[in-house]
Amino acid sequence: MTADSDSPQAPARKVRPRKGGLWPWLHRMGAPATFFAASQRWLPWLWALAIMALVAGSVWGLAFAPADYQQGNSFRIIYVHVPAAILAQSCFMLLAVCALIFLVWKIKLADMVATAAAPVGALMTALALFSGSVWGIPTWGTWWIWDARLTSMLIQLFLYLGVIVLRGSFASRDSGSRAASILALVGMVNIPIIKYSVDWWSTLHQPATFTLSEAPPMPASMWIPLLMMVIGFYALFGALVLMRTRVEVLRRESRKQWVRDLLSPSSRARPDAAVVATEGDKS
Amino acid sequence: MNHELLTALPEAPPTSSLAGAFKATLARDLRQALRRRSELINPLVFFALVITLFPLGISPDKALLATLAPGLLWVAALLATLLSLDGLFRQDLEDGSLEQLLLTPQPLPLLVLAKVAGHWLLTGLPLALMAPLLGVMLGLPSGAFGVLIASLALGSMSLSLIGAIGAALTVGLRRGGVLLSLIILPLYIPVLIFGAGAVQSAVNGMPSLAHLAILGAMLALALLLAPLAIAAGLRLSING
Repeated sequence: MTADSDSPQAPARKVRPRKGGLWPWLHRMGAPATFFAASQRWLPWLWALAIMALVAGSVWGLAFAPADYQQGNSFRIIYVHVPAAILAQSCFMLLAVCALIFLVWKIKLADMVATAAAPVGALMTALALFSGSVWGIPTWGTWWIWDARLTSMLIQLFLYLGVIVLRGSFASRDSGSRAASILALVGMVNIPIIKYSVDWWSTLHQPATFTLSEAPPMPASMWIPLLMMVIGFYALFGALVLMRTRVEVLRRESRKQWVRDLLSPSSRARPDAAVVATEGDKS
Repeated sequence: MNHELLTALPEAPPTSSLAGAFKATLARDLRQALRRRSELINPLVFFALVITLFPLGISPDKALLATLAPGLLWVAALLATLLSLDGLFRQDLEDGSLEQLLLTPQPLPLLVLAKVAGHWLLTGLPLALMAPLLGVMLGLPSGAFGVLIASLALGSMSLSLIGAIGAALTVGLRRGGVLLSLIILPLYIPVLIFGAGAVQSAVNGMPSLAHLAILGAMLALALLLAPLAIAAGLRLSING
């Protein structure tokens, strides 16, 4: 039973999403049409949260947080570095979860989310690596050090690239999706092993800033903006992935009736949706 | 040795038992490989050639080479394994026997495990046995030879298993080779770290059993999970 079989009934029933519990709600959301309509309502909230948290966090963190007694102002790069690094790892987890949902329950929307999220995750990994090496110049005196965390981040970037490239190299989209999903799951099993072996191999990097069990070892005026930046990055990531997923939904479902109805002149067509539709017509 | 191998393994038995299917697949792979011996020595020659390049590229200084030797030997053996992986399923895909493998009533992960075992016997094990010879040329202390063989033999089994996942995913693609290295090399890193670490600690006169134990743990995990991923990859390469 695929997600598409739900799509005709979902708009007709007009049930509020809150009714019926989480599981039926998730099931309805698995239908691309329902997801497309619902995500349009979520997007403004996500963008608002992202912009508010990012602006507040970066102004507070960059201008008002006290300078570090050892590193001076150069420590402020953590307000970009740490959120990017956290996102880079969360995104791979998202890829693996989507891969599992796609392979087990054949819910195509999960694969669309994975397609949309992988490049954003790779970008976050690259951002974490770049900001880390910029921070390395004043602190360690070198752009690159074969330190455990840097190395495992670099390996993770390669894993992302592998997933993205593997998806693109199949002629049939379904094969590419399944191959990328299998590789994402294999990568997920391997990430902890890679992390621990690289840690074991060499370490210069300081331990994790945030742990769930203890309060962070820095003053609140330093970590509260950091927390805001992390929330902002998550919201930004969510908004970006959601938008990219919506485009992916339109691209894949461009022959379905609901997309045609959506894009017909009588309805209120969004500009980015129209671009996708013309692309689909040309091919 | 070849003839012993051939006679020790029975001809494909007409049973449908799991062990019978495993043995038949393994025996078929070994028999086929031994009929094309020139391909068998390719990874070994590659291994020797790469090791020859390092003194030429770095320095013939014996002390320097000896400190680099554990890592060099391990990296070269890893690349030789990677090189041999592209052909693991390709021949079978082209002559259609891979489809027959998928159609057999026995579970595919088990049959795939037999194929990987064959790959290890013909690539990983010879590489491990050849490594001390190249170790001599790099000035590796002779006390580390035992650990070198053991670590390569253990580690290359994991390399074959992990690499076969990539081989299965890319076997249907025209240009799978480069892609194979891109998706497999990051996954090889833990094996490399502990394999080279084992040899390094043996060179330093420290016990290397801990490294070998971790290599063994990785192998246990790979034995458990990799066949499932390989089987899934082959299914999609055939059906997709």
